[in-house]
Amino acid sequence: MNKLASCLLLSSAIALSGPVAARPVMLTATLKNYGGDGAYLALYLTDANGDYVRTLWVAGKKSKYHKHLTDWYRAAGSDRTRIDGITGASVGAGRNLEVTVDLADALFDAGYALNLDAAAEDMPESPRDVSVPLTTSGAGKTVAGRRYVASFRYGP
Amino acid sequence: MMRIVHRWAGLVLAALLVFTALGGAALSIFPALESVQTRQPDRELTVADLAARVQTAHPGLEQIRREPSGRISAWWFEGDNPGSAVIDPATGRELANADPDLVRRWITNLHRSLFLGDGGRVAVAAGAMAMLLLSLSGAFLVARRTGGWRHWFGPLRDSGARRVHTELARIAVLGLTLSSATALWMSAETFEFIVFDEVGPAAPAAVSGRSGLALAEMEALRAVSVAELRELSFPAPDDPEDVFTLTTDRGAGHVDQGTGLLLGWRDAGLTQRVSETIYLLHTGQGAALLGLLLGLLALSVPALAVTGLMVWLSARRDRPRLAPNAPAAQAETILLVGSEGGSTWGFAATLAQALRDAGQSVHVASMANFRSAVHRRARRFLILAATYGEGDAPATAKGFLERLRNLKEVPQAPVAVLGFGDRTFPAFCAFAHAVEDAARARGWSLLMPLDTIDRQSSQDFARWGRRLGEVLGIPLELSHVPKLPPLEALTLLERRDYGATVQVPMSILRFAIPRASLWQRVSGRGFQRFEPGDLLGIVPEGSTVPRLYSLASGSRDGFIEIVVRRQAGGLASGQLTRLEAGQTVQGFLRRHPGFHARGSRAPLILIGAGTGVGPLAGFIRSNRPRRPIHLFFGLRHPDADYLYRDELSHWRDDGRLDHLTVAASRADQPQYVQDAVREHAPRIVDAIRQGARVMVCGGREMARGVAEALSDILAPAGLTPAMLKAGGRYVEDIY
Repeated sequence: MNKLASCLLLSSAIALSGPVAARPVMLTATLKNYGGDGAYLALYLTDANGDYVRTLWVAGKKSKYHKHLTDWYRAAGSDRTRIDGITGASVGAGRNLEVTVDLADALFDAGYALNLDAAAEDMPESPRDVSVPLTTSGAGKTVAGRRYVASFRYGP
Repeated sequence: MMRIVHRWAGLVLAALLVFTALGGAALSIFPALESVQTRQPDRELTVADLAARVQTAHPGLEQIRREPSGRISAWWFEGDNPGSAVIDPATGRELANADPDLVRRWITNLHRSLFLGDGGRVAVAAGAMAMLLLSLSGAFLVARRTGGWRHWFGPLRDSGARRVHTELARIAVLGLTLSSATALWMSAETFEFIVFDEVGPAAPAAVSGRSGLALAEMEALRAVSVAELRELSFPAPDDPEDVFTLTTDRGAGHVDQGTGLLLGWRDAGLTQRVSETIYLLHTGQGAALLGLLLGLLALSVPALAVTGLMVWLSARRDRPRLAPNAPAAQAETILLVGSEGGSTWGFAATLAQALRDAGQSVHVASMANFRSAVHRRARRFLILAATYGEGDAPATAKGFLERLRNLKEVPQAPVAVLGFGDRTFPAFCAFAHAVEDAARARGWSLLMPLDTIDRQSSQDFARWGRRLGEVLGIPLELSHVPKLPPLEALTLLERRDYGATVQVPMSILRFAIPRASLWQRVSGRGFQRFEPGDLLGIVPEGSTVPRLYSLASGSRDGFIEIVVRRQAGGLASGQLTRLEAGQTVQGFLRRHPGFHARGSRAPLILIGAGTGVGPLAGFIRSNRPRRPIHLFFGLRHPDADYLYRDELSHWRDDGRLDHLTVAASRADQPQYVQDAVREHAPRIVDAIRQGARVMVCGGREMARGVAEALSDILAPAGLTPAMLKAGGRYVEDIY
């Protein structure tokens, strides 16, 4: 898919993300018992080129720690200031994060991916702890994360 | 004002402050431990070499991090399994587990949020604010007590809990100020009152897209020493577009994995450096010794809290009922009190009550809190002033004279000064005189001339009251009975008599220490703890006025000992010298920290005559550390009034007493003690050069003679008794 087409698709996806063309999708991440304090997480969407599209959820409210969600922090740039309403508490070791977001139908099977960056105090940053393509067939399937995330799934 | 801030900030938040201080002290140990356990890398070692070493053992290397202590940790993946370890930079070998220390995490969370999330963080921040207020207000209070900032470590006159509180505070206050101020800053960052938008290095515009260059070949990593490394993050595996992220003390940048060249760099900004410095100062991470020191000083907080509470409680107990105290701005009569031991407050309370009964509105305050502008409705000022030592301001009148001299405008309402003192001292009511002189000099009109009260005399006070009443045109009857501490029955254990043959009957009286009540144990009151030089107040039968005797023993000796000379017609001395073993007298303890020997290695020069040898003997008896002591003892005849003769010889044998010089005024070759002092001039000057402290005890005549002798022998060395006095190295107990 060329860049222009993806931009058009994105804008239409956002423009059309009304009740008709969008569906609520539940994102569930279960953390490992990694032995540290509550983790900061950023869930965000990238397109077929791996470019940042939008932020879906940020767990952890203290913005001074957000720089440790390295890939997201760099990719989101000034978009980071627009995360009001999509932030929540940090997630403790062994706990679940469950958020429901509206995703346009057009985002599925179009090369988009769900990404999760994670970090905890005094432990290494883990950009793209999860990076999973957004497909109709992948919905409901559990995938393993890398350092902090034991399992991740998205689906209705 | 300072006192009010200090008191309430302390009382309200004491428990919280104790908690956080203990947590902080515990946490201060970790950076130090880490520093000790860490072998510092060779300064030549580059990040490229280190990374290559670690990667040899762990091909799935993801991140290398260097803590401020120098400890290096690495995180990697082996297949899907994450691994981590502390690394020896010299060999690349694993040394220990890199997981966060659970105990440290637990204490950290307690210390910064009490496990209560953001609510806890707010509470801790409030605690830090209180600590800062306490430190600053406390510093002002210490400076006021010691007589100015330059005398920060000057001698203290306090005793008991107040003394411990002040001693600890003046050592710890700088550390506590630093810890609390940095804590507040960090809280402000956490709650985003202070925001730094830390911009990382810009995303690389173009990457080579190649991969596979050996770490040891990467130029950008070879240019950086491990000593300045903070973090090196590796590119995601199988993503040739991804880059290394390198963070050092200087800034951060990206490194191309195909070319090993720097793709972008941003220096750390000023705000980031400030923020990091504050973090370092607070945590000691990167400055372990400072951290340990701050931790140690934080340990003073529980002791400060407890002693502070005791000071507050005992002040509440002792303070005479001044209520209902009219507001400073409303009252017609302003009563200012300069008191050292607290007895003048009692007189003030009696006066205030009598004035109130006569329909006046009265505001009572300490002289130190004198703010003339506040008293808008004042029609007269009455100043009740005691004197400390040789005419100094008593504790609650610190700074009064300076303030009066610098006043822009003296009050319209006239002033009357009443001095309290003891006529047996040369500087009788000297401070009260100084106050009146200063008032005159400023043109402050006098309501009536200065009057004085000798030794808390109720009769003098009543007489002055009647005169004041005449001036005010109201009947004023002042009947004041000085408040004494609770009396205790003291049982005589033994007595030894001297001096009868030279017509100066004297006795060494030894009493048992009475059993302490629970409150006395907790508060340290009564005969719980005392030292030679403290005072024993004896209230003879048929009188309410106590006589004070210097103690010749400390509580560690296990008995109370005084030396008493029977005065012709003396009520107290008569009753005391007639006591037989098993009989009792009523007495109380009064601390007298100005005349303590004080723990130190510096030599002591003790000079005393007659019964004045009592406390000096006490100092020698308790000289277990064997500090050099030279005693000059003036008596009449060795066969008549040689007090402590056997003990002194025993103490000289076992090293507690270095030198003994006895001057006998009625021996074959008569000599006074001041003559003996002159005779030993070189030895005395020598000792004083070594930091010796001179302590004189006895009658006024003798003390004057000794002062003259010392003046003369010190002059060639460029010293004066006044200089020694100013440094607390020449003290007198005169009667």
